[in-house]
Amino acid sequence: MVALTFAALTLREAARRKVLRALGLLTLALLGLSAWGFAELATVDPEFGALTSGEARLFASQVLNLVMFGYSLIAALGTAFLAGPTLSGEVESGQALSVLARPVRRSTVLLGKWLGLVAFGTGYVFTAGLAQFAVVRWAIGYWPPDPLTGLLLLAAQTAVLMTLALLLATAISPMASGIVAVGLFGATWVAGVVGSVGDLLGNEGVARVGEVSRMLLPTDGLWRGAMHAFQDSTSLVAAGFEGSPFLAVAPLSPGYLVWVAVWLLLIGGLAALSFGRRDI
Amino acid sequence: MQQLLEQLPPSPAVWCSGLRKRYGKRAAVDGVSFTVGRGEVVGLLGPNGAGKTSVIKMLLGLVRPDDGEVLLLGRPGRDPRARARVGYLPELFRYQPWLTAAEVLALHVRLAREAVPEPEQRDVLGLVGLAERAGDRVGGFSKGMQQRLGLAVALVARPELVVLDEPTSALDPLGRVDVRDVVLSLRERGVAVLLNSHLIGEVERVCDRVVILDRGRVAAAGTLAELLGQRELRLRLTGLTPAAEARLAAVGATHRAGQDVTVTLPADDDGATVPRLVADLVGLGVQVHAVEPGRISLEERLLGILREEH
Repeated sequence: MVALTFAALTLREAARRKVLRALGLLTLALLGLSAWGFAELATVDPEFGALTSGEARLFASQVLNLVMFGYSLIAALGTAFLAGPTLSGEVESGQALSVLARPVRRSTVLLGKWLGLVAFGTGYVFTAGLAQFAVVRWAIGYWPPDPLTGLLLLAAQTAVLMTLALLLATAISPMASGIVAVGLFGATWVAGVVGSVGDLLGNEGVARVGEVSRMLLPTDGLWRGAMHAFQDSTSLVAAGFEGSPFLAVAPLSPGYLVWVAVWLLLIGGLAALSFGRRDI
Repeated sequence: MQQLLEQLPPSPAVWCSGLRKRYGKRAAVDGVSFTVGRGEVVGLLGPNGAGKTSVIKMLLGLVRPDDGEVLLLGRPGRDPRARARVGYLPELFRYQPWLTAAEVLALHVRLAREAVPEPEQRDVLGLVGLAERAGDRVGGFSKGMQQRLGLAVALVARPELVVLDEPTSALDPLGRVDVRDVVLSLRERGVAVLLNSHLIGEVERVCDRVVILDRGRVAAAGTLAELLGQRELRLRLTGLTPAAEARLAAVGATHRAGQDVTVTLPADDDGATVPRLVADLVGLGVQVHAVEPGRISLEERLLGILREEH
């Protein structure tokens, strides 16, 4: 299948351009730092005495979510910045000319690149995430309640941002598409935090900001679902914690997941349409 | 029915009709139509901005025409399968810098869905002078080497039509000769070639027909003989008699400047006109100092056509 040829080519490009090596080093640094931090968390605090097991789990949940946010950021931004050059960069440089003059459909080329980037993002999220869980388990004996769902949701978040970056890259320059995608990602996250503050204060208008932004760009919604899968919800409820940007109160609804799938199809379809009409 | 279809002559390698493309207010291509027959080498000539590259990109489905139709090897240009047997060297040639030359060829063979064994792919690299660099990353290649690789990419998947857009722009004189040899060998094998080149001499040497574009339109098209018109003969003669002058006039229009006489040769010249004329002139007592067959160069003709247009 031709799409798989392009997927493999995208992965080979990431490996040959030393993207994997750079990400690997960054991840190792982050793993080392978090191992240190979690090990400190496990030691007794002389002023307040030992943490109760519930408190330890709550802190571990929150810090784990914070660290996982770091990984999701690396994965999402990494793939968003890969998506721009891989499409509009190739068109600008002329690399796309000889490839698209072959008997291939542009939508197939786009699907192949998308599959390659999804494989790349998912592979990274699972490798880094599982390594991080192992570090936390080693340091304080905490294992997230639903690691598989959480990692899948993080991978979906990566796919969402990358799909948006691909759509932008069919129309604007690679640099601009990366910047716009990352900017929107940040804006949605902030809107999500604003929304949870609204929830906390019981202000519906403010809370709606978060809801609407989560529908427009589902990265923050998926991130919240992932957090919920990583944290220990029983101690969260016991502590009465709400409104923290690194803790989520509720799991994702199936309806939202359906919306994410529809969103991906819509944006992916738009990208295929826009790329198909573009003069190379 | 099948037999009937097989008996039909093969459709041309390229057929396009009424191609139009506007960029903003400017019409880049304005009603271009031409054909490239199977096994024919056609040159696309014209000044900068005449729309040559736009036409090529519309043929290959890289640019959407605003109007007009394209058939490649008998299939509509909108159908990607029309390009299954087409090789293309773009004017802007860039290949994945993180792949080796051999990997680039393997990729294009896969995309063309053509089972070309590896030794044959190596042979194509050898043909363009890159046999030694097959395992090197393209990122380290000079411009000239990348253009040679582009030529190999255009040739590797056993094409029936090869489109070369400025194939010698980055090549040294030796490389240009190589490209000329490649085009001539393609013609020998019955592969059609559409060649866009600024080097008129190159086009004149290898092309069967020429299409001249100017400001997005076809300014002239035809075989070289048709475009360049009749040939002429330049002579230096002394002792011209009225009988000899009449003999010269019998061949064609003559023009005399002192001892130099120019005679236009008939279009249906079978090659015997010149020796017969010289023998007759000598027989009439004329002293023949020089005989030089002349031909209007394509360059002169091209400039003439473009000046008429402007």
